[in-house]
Amino acid sequence: MVPLTWYVVLSAALFSIGLFGVLSRRNAIAILLGVELMLNAVNVNLAAFWRYGSDLTKMTGQVFAIIVFAVAAAEVAVGLALVISVYRRHNTVIADEIDLLKW
Amino acid sequence: MTTETLLWLIPLPPLLAFFTIWLVTNRSKSLSHTVAVGAALLSWAGSMLVFVRALGVEHLGAHPFESAVNWLPTGDAWLKIGVRLDPLTTVTLFFVAWTVLMIFLYSVGYHNYGQPPGDHDRPGLPPHGATLAGRQVPSIEPMYSRFFAFIGLFAFGMYTLVVSDNLLTLFVGWEIMGLCSYLLIGFWYAKPSARDAAVKAFMTTRIGDVFMLLGIAFIYSATGSLSYGEIFREEVLHTLASVPTPIFGLSAAGLMGLLLFIGAVGKSAQFPLHVWLPDAMEGPTPVSAMIHAATMVSAGVYMTIRIFPLLSLDAATMSIVAFSGAFTALFAATIAVAQNDIKRVLAFSTISQLGYMMAALGIGAYVAAAFHLVTHAFFKALLFLGSGSVIHGMEHGVLHTGDHVDPQDMFNMGGLRRRMPITFWTFLIGGFALSGFPLITAGFWSKDEILADAFGHGHLAVFTTLAVAAFLTAFYTMRQITLTFLGPARTKAAEHAQETKWTMTTPLVVLAAFAIGYGWVGIPEHFPVLGPLSANWFHSFVGGTLAEHPEAVAFSVVPLLTSLAVALGGLLIGWLVYRNVRTAEHDRLQIPLLKNKWYIDEIYQVVFIRPSFWLAETLTSKWIDGALIDGVLHGIGRLTGRLGHTLRNYIDKPVINEFFGDGTAHVAQWFGRSLRPIQTGRVQNYMLLALLIFMLVGSVVFYVLLA
Repeated sequence: MVPLTWYVVLSAALFSIGLFGVLSRRNAIAILLGVELMLNAVNVNLAAFWRYGSDLTKMTGQVFAIIVFAVAAAEVAVGLALVISVYRRHNTVIADEIDLLKW
Repeated sequence: MTTETLLWLIPLPPLLAFFTIWLVTNRSKSLSHTVAVGAALLSWAGSMLVFVRALGVEHLGAHPFESAVNWLPTGDAWLKIGVRLDPLTTVTLFFVAWTVLMIFLYSVGYHNYGQPPGDHDRPGLPPHGATLAGRQVPSIEPMYSRFFAFIGLFAFGMYTLVVSDNLLTLFVGWEIMGLCSYLLIGFWYAKPSARDAAVKAFMTTRIGDVFMLLGIAFIYSATGSLSYGEIFREEVLHTLASVPTPIFGLSAAGLMGLLLFIGAVGKSAQFPLHVWLPDAMEGPTPVSAMIHAATMVSAGVYMTIRIFPLLSLDAATMSIVAFSGAFTALFAATIAVAQNDIKRVLAFSTISQLGYMMAALGIGAYVAAAFHLVTHAFFKALLFLGSGSVIHGMEHGVLHTGDHVDPQDMFNMGGLRRRMPITFWTFLIGGFALSGFPLITAGFWSKDEILADAFGHGHLAVFTTLAVAAFLTAFYTMRQITLTFLGPARTKAAEHAQETKWTMTTPLVVLAAFAIGYGWVGIPEHFPVLGPLSANWFHSFVGGTLAEHPEAVAFSVVPLLTSLAVALGGLLIGWLVYRNVRTAEHDRLQIPLLKNKWYIDEIYQVVFIRPSFWLAETLTSKWIDGALIDGVLHGIGRLTGRLGHTLRNYIDKPVINEFFGDGTAHVAQWFGRSLRPIQTGRVQNYMLLALLIFMLVGSVVFYVLLA
């Protein structure tokens, strides 16, 4: 059986890729994609730790992962709506140019 | 009307006249003087009626007319005031009524009633004269009505004082006269000298009055009453005489007598409080007569005679009174010798004569003192009114010739005998009475009685002093008469002097009659030839005032010869010396010491007035108030200011304002400014920052806290 470490490494890699995407991509949609990657990295972790946990009868890991899916879906929906709204107003989806939160 | 009711009413007409003139008739000069003279006439008539009734009572001294009302409740008793007519009141009332009436009448003429108003006259200045048909004539006094109002009030004060049966109303009358003398001496208030004289008179008499008030308070606290009838009862006097006081070892009676006597010293212008009287000559001449003869100065002697029962209980007080009186008599006479102002000579002679009366009281001769008081009132009023008439005549000459000489300086006169015959003869009678011209004049009898008493009771020092003073009196009186009336006229003004109107000469004639005739009621019984012819009415009448009738002294030829010698000798030498003196430079007696009144005024200036000014201006105002009190207050103010300044500069501004107030703001601002660059508004920057902080905090937690 594949050891837990591998899953954790996979998850960390996924998270890091997602984080890098969030921080480095200029396109807001790409940033959202990065966020999704990070969330899924968490899900991998949740599933892996459940599987290697002591009590397999309790479905806590899966339930947590499902909730994260739901939250991610909602987040993407809101996020994409915001991006569209910003695009309509400012005619751009480049994150650097959206600096209205500035002082 | 009963005699008591009459007595109550006698003082009232002049008071009503005062209010009437003041409130109603002030604008009308003729109405005002009618009211005033009418009031004086009413009081005179009342006084004469009372006088006649008093003569008809036997033993008036033992059974005086008395009437008193409750006036002031004092706990369980009443302070009573009332009127009393005993022999002393009777004779005083007699001369007061006559002189007051004469002075009122004389004032009408003196203030130029009937003359036109002056060209340049102003209220508060003596009238300067008016131009009528191209000639200078005297002008009427601008404040004519005011004068009559004031002398009315003055007369009210004197009458009140005389008819009172207690020391309280006596003091009230006394003070009313003090006020009136102030108002009248300062009548021509625009003259600075008159103002100063008024203030001086008021202040000087005030010194005496304070002591008098103390004496009255002492009597009240010791006996519980102020009525003569109560105080002068045998038992009360006996008690007072036996109570010792801590002051000079005097008995209570002696101390009371001394305090009241100091009041009389002020009022009767005795040394050392005599300084106001010569200056009081600044007032109009009727005022001089009023103050110096009829009323105010007589009041002092009258009061001293009143309290004689008290005085006589203490030998020490009696000696003080005798020596102060005798000294004043001589002292003032020496000054009078060197004065050139006709009124000033009379002023000093008044001081001297009042000294005579005090000396007489001091040796126990109170009847002689009362006698001299009466005769002196008559002939001194006559002399003052006569001198006023002279001045008036001279002023007429001054206006006529336009030659501006001092109308009061005797060296500018001379030869007025022919120009003003009535004034001359009456003045001569007054002057001879003052000198004690033998047998005829009243002054001789009263002065002789004082000298006889002094000799008879063995007071040789007093006798000698008074004899010398009498000699000087005769001398300066003759000097005055010679310089004024005899010889040739020394100025043009004197050549053109004119006899005054009937309103002024009538009082002179009436008073001259008294200056001669009044002496005859007091011829001593033992006097050769004349004595047996007339009973000594005055002595037996006034002598009855006291319980014990004073014994007449045995006749002695020494005082008689002395008084003859000094009177005739003084008059003769005065005439011989001055009949050829033409100017003041030829007068050998113009000794600076005498002319300047022994420098008493200057001494007072240095001893009392300057120190008082120094005390008020320098010590109190400048040092205590200005430096000390103001200094402390300013110091507190400055200290508080400095404290506030310090707190503000070193605590409020740097600590509260800058450190806490501005500091907080600065820190916040600094933080804000420092953190502003990271607020880029870019989501990725924020995330990166969050990541870094997360890693930082995470590594701290992981490596430091959990390790």
